[in-house]
Amino acid sequence: MNRRLSKSHIYGWLLLMPAAIFLIAFTYYPTVATLAKSFFSQGTAIKPSEFVGLENFESLLEDDIFWKIAWNNVVYAVGTIPISIALAILMAVWVNGRLPLKSIVRMSYFTPTILPMIAVANIWLFFYTPDIGLIDQVSRNFGFASHNWLGDPDTVLGCIIAITIWKEAGFFMIFYLAALQTLPPELEEAAYLEGASRWYYFRRVMFPLLMPTTLFVLINAVINSFKLVDQLFILTKGGPDNASSLLLYYIYEVAFSFLDQAYASTLTVVLLAVLALIAIGQFVFLDKRVHYR
Amino acid sequence: MSAIELSGITKRWGGLVAVDNISFRVEEGTFTVLLGPSGCGKSTTLRMIAGLEEISEGKLKIGDADMTHAAPSERKLSMVFQSYALFPHLNVEENILFGLKIRKIPPEEQSARLLKVTDLVGLSSLLNRKPSQLSGGQRQRVALARAIIAENSICLMDEPLSNLDAKLRHDMRIEIRALQQRLKMTVIYVTHDQAEAMSMADKIILIRDGKIAQEGTPDALYDRPATAFSASFIGTPPMNILNTVISDNGVMIESENHTPVLAKSASPVMLGIRPEHVKISDSQGIPAELVSGDYLGAETVITARIGSQEILVRAAGRVRVTKPVAAHLSWSDQNIHVFDSKSGKRNDSVQGLAV
Ligand SMILES: Nc1ncnc2c1ncn2[C@@H]1O[C@H](COP(=O)(O)OP(=O)(O)OP(=O)(O)O)[C@@H](O)[C@H]1O
Ligand SMILES: [Mg+2]
Repeated sequence: MNRRLSKSHIYGWLLLMPAAIFLIAFTYYPTVATLAKSFFSQGTAIKPSEFVGLENFESLLEDDIFWKIAWNNVVYAVGTIPISIALAILMAVWVNGRLPLKSIVRMSYFTPTILPMIAVANIWLFFYTPDIGLIDQVSRNFGFASHNWLGDPDTVLGCIIAITIWKEAGFFMIFYLAALQTLPPELEEAAYLEGASRWYYFRRVMFPLLMPTTLFVLINAVINSFKLVDQLFILTKGGPDNASSLLLYYIYEVAFSFLDQAYASTLTVVLLAVLALIAIGQFVFLDKRVHYR
Repeated sequence: MSAIELSGITKRWGGLVAVDNISFRVEEGTFTVLLGPSGCGKSTTLRMIAGLEEISEGKLKIGDADMTHAAPSERKLSMVFQSYALFPHLNVEENILFGLKIRKIPPEEQSARLLKVTDLVGLSSLLNRKPSQLSGGQRQRVALARAIIAENSICLMDEPLSNLDAKLRHDMRIEIRALQQRLKMTVIYVTHDQAEAMSMADKIILIRDGKIAQEGTPDALYDRPATAFSASFIGTPPMNILNTVISDNGVMIESENHTPVLAKSASPVMLGIRPEHVKISDSQGIPAELVSGDYLGAETVITARIGSQEILVRAAGRVRVTKPVAAHLSWSDQNIHVFDSKSGKRNDSVQGLAV
């Protein structure tokens, strides 16, 4: 019995091994190594890396740029998530209804999603360009002066937020559309027979029934707000004066432009911790309100 | 004044005519059943009455008012859906009170009505459950409660029992009928199950291909089917319809060609006879062959053959037919129905003969 058990154990481990090796080599090891690195100083030719405890974290607390960028990231998240989710629901409800050319409308909403972020950024670069860009050309007709949208620290983050909303809303719409199509039409009919207005039906029936989708989309949106920084490479490189920089972009800069891997590791650890906290928080607090079946 | 009156109601989807020029009236406090085979337009008719489907042509009156184009909520009627249409995220109480909350009925009245209705349908102990935690019959009761609590005098039901098992269906049938009579509701009930229609209805409206095939009380439909279609749709097992041939000696069953079953007829006709009106004997009547027996407990439905045509016969108790047996079939002239071969319409001018 014991021998059979251990033999099947070996089989089990052998079967798991290929996947396990890849998972360890490319996910767990880098994560642990990053965590370890954040407790060491950056080694140089003359001064090898040594254990410094929490020193990296202390300098992070005193890093004004870090705080500015962290704040940017909060603004970016708060600016993109609610609006793109609200837009997604609005578009899904609209596109789900009786509509001429329904599939074309659906397709056109979804198009931003299938474009790579780099391509999206290039399109919007054309919109934002001072004088010859689309926005300036249009606003000139209404008598507004030309404006360097991406060069002005006051407007640059807003511009980045607009692009992200444009790209994400269509993607989230697909999830809402799928969820809406699983709602039996009789629910709506029953509500209308009882005299419910469209808004009442949305508020009391449709939106609560979409909660599982909203949770899923919300988690995706939050993760994206930390993850999606491709557009910065094309549009602003985080400038001017870090006004549009986001955490992940800052980590990239620290690691590969300033070549300070220890500090980059520290930033990464902080970012991971924040993401983990948000994910746990969402599951714990929202899960209770989401599941009705 | 009728509770509901349809005049020339038609529904078209593009080229498809789902409901074709239907007119009927439903009297106050009565139970009317729309009966017909699948796809004949029963649900569409009901949904047009409810306002869930646009009326292409015709006029709908509810009470005195023209409601042809009124919004669903203006028609002051309740509906029970086949799928129940309960809100899955609301508990039983919230589901039942859904409409009262919309209409801002005062809370005291809400709870008073809730108490009354849940008592009536037997849900009092389940108020905090979600629909997913209920059995099919209980869900059905919630849907019923939600329809009753509105205190609309008219209630529409679209195959409300089709998701239930046979026993529960039977119980709910009785319950719904009793409830309708106690509350004096006007009910229009859609089903494709003729047994359900026969046992519940004050009036049956039999629909075929979007047109009314026959309208009347269950007795009338059973005793005097207006068409061969009504005859073969109502009754379990349905009426036998036999083709005939006309000869100089009278009208005989096709492929038997021997015994006259009808007096003279000018045009080709079909002979209808219900299985319970056919008697089996050794020597009297038309020679036939008993082919098989379907034992149902109190009775046996025997499949027999006259020439090449099949005929069903109901016999009391258990009759074993293990291999084809020769026998004679007979019936009285009063139980014969005659239908025109071409139009399928009832033809009372042809006299039936006893055999
Ligand atoms: N939305 C629609 N668009 C086009 N055709 C439809 C639509 N709804 C129903 N039909 C057609 O109308 C006809 C009648 O449909 P209806 O649902 O009224 O049938 P029914 O008598 O209720 O049948 P069942 O007993 O199967 O429910 C059918 O031929 C159906 O295919
Ligand atoms: Mg139907």
